[in-house]
Amino acid sequence: MVTLDDEEQAMLAGEFGPARQWAIAHQIAVAEFFDAKDFVRVGQAHIMADTEATGEAGVAFVESLAAMAPEHRRVAIPTITDPRGVDFDAYKRLKQTPGMVDIEARLIRAFEALGVMMTNTCINYQTILPPVHGEHLAFGDTGVVIYSNGVLGARSNFEGGPSALSAGLTGRTPRYGYHLDSHRVGTKHFAVSWQPRDLSDWGALGGIVGKRTDSYWAVPVISGLERVPNSDELKHFGAALASFGSVAMFHIPGVTPDAPTLRDAFGGREPPPPDPITEKDLSDFYGIYAARGEKVDVVVFSAPQLSLVEMGRVADLLDGRQVHPETTLIAATSPEIKAAADRMNITARIEAAGGLVLSGVCFYQSYAREMAEANGWKRLMSNSAKIVNILGGYGYKPTLGSMEDCVRSAVAGRIC
Amino acid sequence: MPIVLQCHRGIGPSVTGTALVTKDNFSARYDLDRIAGVFSRPSHELFGQSYVGKILVFNTAKGGVASAWMLREMMERNVTPLALVFNRVNPILAQGAAFGNLALVDRFEAGDVATLFRTGDELAIDPGAGTVTILNRAS
Repeated sequence: MVTLDDEEQAMLAGEFGPARQWAIAHQIAVAEFFDAKDFVRVGQAHIMADTEATGEAGVAFVESLAAMAPEHRRVAIPTITDPRGVDFDAYKRLKQTPGMVDIEARLIRAFEALGVMMTNTCINYQTILPPVHGEHLAFGDTGVVIYSNGVLGARSNFEGGPSALSAGLTGRTPRYGYHLDSHRVGTKHFAVSWQPRDLSDWGALGGIVGKRTDSYWAVPVISGLERVPNSDELKHFGAALASFGSVAMFHIPGVTPDAPTLRDAFGGREPPPPDPITEKDLSDFYGIYAARGEKVDVVVFSAPQLSLVEMGRVADLLDGRQVHPETTLIAATSPEIKAAADRMNITARIEAAGGLVLSGVCFYQSYAREMAEANGWKRLMSNSAKIVNILGGYGYKPTLGSMEDCVRSAVAGRIC
Repeated sequence: MPIVLQCHRGIGPSVTGTALVTKDNFSARYDLDRIAGVFSRPSHELFGQSYVGKILVFNTAKGGVASAWMLREMMERNVTPLALVFNRVNPILAQGAAFGNLALVDRFEAGDVATLFRTGDELAIDPGAGTVTILNRAS
């Protein structure tokens, strides 16, 4: 049984109002399922709640909290949001419906009444308040969690929307999984015999490791990388690792903070023999998504949202070129980066070439299935391994390529 | 004779129903057409099959956090499985089952759920007690 302190017992008894009473009861159910002994205080909560995921039931639930008294409904810690389902400035061009806009607007109003900050981003670790080594968090979005745990040495489980909202209201979360030292030790060893070049290679590496790990409770350790990757490279690696394998933590010895050495990555024990990842594994991975010569309907840069550096690179590649009239090119970023891209003329350069810049959304969380039907989109190309993994389930035929190949294909109107 | 199998204490109400078993994994967002109530991901072992009213038996849960919201929506629209059974589940499905009040159990003492259960078995799940009883074996 989970032990409750005086404040948690008071919440459960309803002394802090019905919203916190629901939240702590929900968290106790999760705590008991995972044998958590107690709760741990968290510094931030991050809520994944696009309306495609919440549906009417989720929106109505958050609205029921928003109707409560201000002292009962306001979150207790900084609480931020993952991408939304609709960019109000672009929905008509994407053939999203007024119904999608209405439900999105309702959910935003409800979250604002709870004191939630509408950051609408899955790159909050690059743009809002980056986690600190050892900091306990209640983060949604698998890409955010794996980056925070692996790259920054912070501590979070995957917290689905209702659980992250609960953590925002109570200021704590059950202490299990990646909050505990015992779960953060490497369990599998992979040795890479080639060096990733593009962001799509980093995503492919994440996809390969994710497929072979395939468990939330396993921690892969990757050796053989000869250079320290940058934040965008680790962002694509982690997002794909989490997407393909439901993985929440990794170590790269000499790079990530909890693993100065290979031995440290395994908690000071002798590392197990490595599972090799060869250049053929990489080409086989790309081969799953290859479709050269076919018409391309939509080229997507998203999942995770683009950093300012990625936005600038897309603009550089598009300068002096035009996207093919029968192809749509989309670049999705966070509201903060969009403002910076506007200020630096990056947005204007992408749009002058016929591209579309979206703010506060991430393609697959934006009614991707309905957009495919409304726009007649079938063949999609992206440099995100995560997105090609997800969209196969949404009726798309996805192709993975480098950012350069994606832009070249968007201009040609077919996959090159 | 009913066979009683021990698992970890689960989430949600006690239910009785028919099993649909796969060695594959599960994501409400990636694998399902939640309007039609069928598996929609072409590469999924249960592609094209209806999940409505079934006790679904999987290896584990995959990918995104959206399933935490989706189970409640599926429950409220009555296009929902009756229960979920896993070898070992990730936090998202457990959180989603708690939010949606859907029966969910995992961590069986006797081994792999894909061999313990067969498609068509009649099962009684008691999450509070941490048991699944095979009432009738599929023929």
